[in-house]
Amino acid sequence: MLCRVASSLYWMSCYLERTENIARFIDVNLSTLLDLSLESALGNPWEPLIKITGDEELFHERYSELNGENVMKFHTFDIKNPNSILSCLMAARENARTMRETIPSEMWEQINKLYLMVNNASRNPSILQDPATLYKNIKMDCHLFSGITDATMPHTEAWDFIQLGQFIERADKTSRILDVKYFLLLPRVDFVGSTLDKIQWAALLKSASALEAYRKKYRQITPSNVAEFLIMDHEFPRSILFCLTQSYRSLFSITRSAGGEIHNLPERRLGKLRSQLDYTIIEEIIQRGLHEYLDEFQLELNTVINGLNETYFEPQIVGLKQ
Amino acid sequence: MHFDGYDPGIFYDEFFDASGAPRPWSQPLIERINTLPRNGLLNRQKAAESALMQLGITFNVYNESAGAEKIFPFDIIPRIIDGTTWDIMEQGLKQRIYALNKFVDDIYHDQKILKDKIIPREVIESCSSFLPQCMGLNPPKGIWCHISGIDLITDDKGQLMVLEDNLRCPSGVSYVLGNRQILKQTYPKVFASIPIRPIEDYTSRLLDLLYYLSPEAVAQPSSVILTPGIHNSAYFEHSYLAQRMGEELVEGRDLVVQDGSVFMQTTRGLVKVDTIYRRVDDDFLDPKVFRPDSALGVPGLMEVYKAGRVALVNAPGVGIADDKLIYTYVPDIIKYYLGEEALLSNVPTYRCIDEKDRSYVLENLDKLVVKAVGQSGGYGMLMGHQSSARERKSFAEKISANPRDYIAQPIISLSRAPIINKNRFEPRHVDFRPFILYGEEIFVLPGGLTRVALKKGSLVVNSSQGGGSKDTWVLYNQKK
Repeated sequence: MLCRVASSLYWMSCYLERTENIARFIDVNLSTLLDLSLESALGNPWEPLIKITGDEELFHERYSELNGENVMKFHTFDIKNPNSILSCLMAARENARTMRETIPSEMWEQINKLYLMVNNASRNPSILQDPATLYKNIKMDCHLFSGITDATMPHTEAWDFIQLGQFIERADKTSRILDVKYFLLLPRVDFVGSTLDKIQWAALLKSASALEAYRKKYRQITPSNVAEFLIMDHEFPRSILFCLTQSYRSLFSITRSAGGEIHNLPERRLGKLRSQLDYTIIEEIIQRGLHEYLDEFQLELNTVINGLNETYFEPQIVGLKQ
Repeated sequence: MHFDGYDPGIFYDEFFDASGAPRPWSQPLIERINTLPRNGLLNRQKAAESALMQLGITFNVYNESAGAEKIFPFDIIPRIIDGTTWDIMEQGLKQRIYALNKFVDDIYHDQKILKDKIIPREVIESCSSFLPQCMGLNPPKGIWCHISGIDLITDDKGQLMVLEDNLRCPSGVSYVLGNRQILKQTYPKVFASIPIRPIEDYTSRLLDLLYYLSPEAVAQPSSVILTPGIHNSAYFEHSYLAQRMGEELVEGRDLVVQDGSVFMQTTRGLVKVDTIYRRVDDDFLDPKVFRPDSALGVPGLMEVYKAGRVALVNAPGVGIADDKLIYTYVPDIIKYYLGEEALLSNVPTYRCIDEKDRSYVLENLDKLVVKAVGQSGGYGMLMGHQSSARERKSFAEKISANPRDYIAQPIISLSRAPIINKNRFEPRHVDFRPFILYGEEIFVLPGGLTRVALKKGSLVVNSSQGGGSKDTWVLYNQKK
């Protein structure tokens, strides 16, 4: 496969995963707000949404007031924000367009349809009057894309690059939502165990689509169980460990099928990261500091992406490999 | 919707004769359409348009914001060509391409046609698409014009003529294939009852052609399509063809030259490339030989090509044969190389480089179409009868300053065919671009791109100037 195409597959998938995550964050926030007064004890309920994507500075440059409407505009339709849903969809579609010959037509049509839907919505000012439907549709369309990919594309190298993009992006987003919300919720002795507290922790889990799965496993919500579930659950498809395991599997198939060097650079980096996490217990992480741990994790994950760049997406040519 | 009240007017109508009676080959379709329920046709038109949008069958428009995409407007009433007319077209096109190929080969080798003074040497040497870098080149199997699209028109008397030759990566075939796919969904029953020749094997024939040209005898040669990238107006077509053939779509930056061969950079290292169907213009192919500022090409490509270690489709230098001034010599070219009269005639054309022709053109600008020889796509054109005095003055100055760069033709009243406009049928002018593949043999795809000027009264069919397209049905010959 062309290096450029491998890169496009990876980023297309990454941008769609990001789209789905942002839509879910906003959707959960909207429904949580119904149970909270706007001026809750936790400060502005829209603030964490800006922090999660790391775009605080850009937001304040572009909007004077931090309120629901502005945050939704910023995250959904603002093309000056490279991480807005519309920007992500434009990028995903642009990547798909550069390799339409590689992906099944059904996948292209689904991306195109989703992009056209959001782009049309962006020209309809009244759409944010009833935003919940929009975000639900975006989420479902993203899931539909994953389903179409899974069911129409041969599970070969190209498919593995898509998996890689999806799971690495997902690991990153789960780590970010945990990082931001955990600290907002943790040391509030005054309402530990209160109704408000329970709603907020439930909302954190919901933001990772994890509430129902969590309840089946732990039933009661405690901060350390939530962290454990989202970081190191073996079965839940959004836990960091699960995402790393899936990414590693795909990378492993790519390198083995290519007959390349055993344990190349990204494989070594990803393998190390995954194994370290696999043999760690949550108490160790909390003792060391969850925030510090997640911060370092995000940096490590970036070195994996750099490794992919060096090995697959933009390799330096060093003589013939034939 | 009915054809009642449809007025063929003074033009040649592809569907009706001058008395208003349906032509025999359009009769079955007209009968079908007349039996459709009210709104049935309009709903089908809408369904076809949204299918195009969903499929992303779009083109990019230059001069608009970067990457602006539009659907190529599409009308669901097909243009129909009967078997007998098709036979004439097919024979004429084969003859023309065969002769043009001999011409290009001669120009880059012995130049007999210049020595015999059939074409003045200065006409060739002043031609911007004549590439001295190609002198002495021997493309694989001696073929230069592998893929061509020849524009044909019918005038108000029903006379078939060649409007122009397109030998430099002509586009449009993806719309031909896409339009057919959509019309099959639009009129499944009609397809079952009318003997329409299929066109679906185009891409497999194209693949055969690419394999045939492979310089080395390998079981499965590796061929690629080279595209300038997603901002090119025909990008959709490049990826569509790659997808249909299952071959890689590459950009210049994906290819490298090493040790005398061309390779593509893949996740598994470098992979050798045998045939390149390039949709990048000659000028941009290789910065070491042509434009040094080109980022779209592959440095060193021409050297590999000259050594016969990669095939380029179409061959560089082929543009000499579709220059608009050379066009005026094509009947002579056919006679010179084949000893035959051209089966398809040219539109009568004035060469501004000829003094006599030029003074006629300058005196009759309001009755002529003036074309810049180096431009295409409807750019650089003067439609005399619709022009202002100022435009004519500016063209007169340009012609006098650079007569070599202009030709002029009488305004041809193109034939018309019905389109759906709002909720009625209206006639619009059309032209026709069939596609020809020259490999082991010369193959003319029995179909093609019918372009239609959607603006009422307009004679300009180019997609960049408000044109749309129609599916073209070539019928089997009726058994007698």
